[in-house]
Amino acid sequence: MKAEPVSGSLSRAFFALLRRDLLLAFRRRTELLFPVIFLLVVVSLFPLGIGPGPQLLARIAPGVIWIAALLATVISLDGLFRSDFEDGTMEQFVISGHPLTLISLAKIVAHWLVAGLPIVLLSPLLALWMNLPTESLGVMMLTLVLGTPILSLIGSIGVGLTISLKRGGQLLSLLVFPLYVPILIIATAAVMASSDALPYTQFLGLLLAGLITSLTLAPFAAAAALKISLS
Amino acid sequence: MNTTKTVKPRKNPVVMFIHKMGSPPWFYKFTGKFIPWFWLIFGVLTVWGLYLGLVKAPADYLQGESFRIMYLHVPAAWMSMLIYSMMAVMGFIALVWRIRIVEILAMASAPIGAAFTIVTLTAGSLWGRPTWGTYWVWDARLTSELVLLFLYLGVIGLYNSIDEPRKAARAACLLALVGAVNLPIIHYSVKWWNTLHQGSSISLTGGSSIDASMLWPLLIMAIATKFYYAANLLTRTRVSLLEQDIRKSWVREVLKEKS
Repeated sequence: MKAEPVSGSLSRAFFALLRRDLLLAFRRRTELLFPVIFLLVVVSLFPLGIGPGPQLLARIAPGVIWIAALLATVISLDGLFRSDFEDGTMEQFVISGHPLTLISLAKIVAHWLVAGLPIVLLSPLLALWMNLPTESLGVMMLTLVLGTPILSLIGSIGVGLTISLKRGGQLLSLLVFPLYVPILIIATAAVMASSDALPYTQFLGLLLAGLITSLTLAPFAAAAALKISLS
Repeated sequence: MNTTKTVKPRKNPVVMFIHKMGSPPWFYKFTGKFIPWFWLIFGVLTVWGLYLGLVKAPADYLQGESFRIMYLHVPAAWMSMLIYSMMAVMGFIALVWRIRIVEILAMASAPIGAAFTIVTLTAGSLWGRPTWGTYWVWDARLTSELVLLFLYLGVIGLYNSIDEPRKAARAACLLALVGAVNLPIIHYSVKWWNTLHQGSSISLTGGSSIDASMLWPLLIMAIATKFYYAANLLTRTRVSLLEQDIRKSWVREVLKEKS
């Protein structure tokens, strides 16, 4: 009973959906800030808990910033499909005739622009707090640019699977954190290598490979997950 | 010439068998005959393997008696990985062909695999205490085994959170598949993370070749755990089938026969 796409090409549907999601996000600006504030609070807790020793902080800075980024992403992920799922928009997307993969991809891109990009933009401040050497800041930002989209992409599969649950958010972290392990390892290795003045481009290459792979595969898995949740 | 044959295509017996196995009552009856034998073979092999391993095999020249934990630890580690791959393969079959029995089989595998992973981790840390001097080391294999446990817990958690059993099974099967795609990446990144952060860490096997008197019990235990998996898996699947089909006539017949 699938209707033919009403009008326009795939790219038009993609950008229309992207614009709608961004517009919706910016209408609720306070909610938009929650993950960002969360990120700031979590990072600021580390010096309080560990002590303000600049060398120790610099040593753990990549790990702390990245783990805070993982936590902030998972917090924001729940909103990726939630409102559309609850008010029935998701069903309309399915019967619109446009591939669900494309719809998932548009929503993932919107999610990254809203939740991932602020992490990248805030990272200089976080690096300053954690006393990260300034030479490593560029690498830190690069790993975040390459890595946070992967977090949104892989996370979308978990959201798709847990969306029909009332308290899906708690389960979501259990589902996605194990899958985030390689990204955490590679990204922090890159930053640590650069602060030790070692070559780090191979790590960025691995992250790029991960980004391309997850960009190719994750939207399909997310669409399959959404279909199961909608059934 | 062969007109009679082309008019009446007979199904391949293997295909027929697979079709029959997809039917819950048939599956229930058929596997019921095997389960006691699987338990029996498991029991005999375990007693034999543990006797050879714990009593007969000589103590290791380097690790002393503590190496005997290997006879529990190594087969459990093998099973933890084998069961995850079995679960992913069955999950794929379940998602593509939507066979209900396979969905249940995949989901019944998850708790068994998680149990083997916990046994592996526990036995490994008990072995680590006398050998490495500590219960836990962020060794590459320990770490990836821990992540494997988290993956199992995710599948079990998702399956138990969704009320409708078939939807739950399909969602969890998809998660198992995603995990299976990630598992090699996780494994190698952890392995490589370990060498990067710690320098050369302690090798688990030490590279020394293993004597036949020590190897045989290990192989026997490895086969015994396979039979344990088969018996446990089929028992769990049969119980799930009875639970899910409680209102169907074949279950009523089965229950009548039992009482």
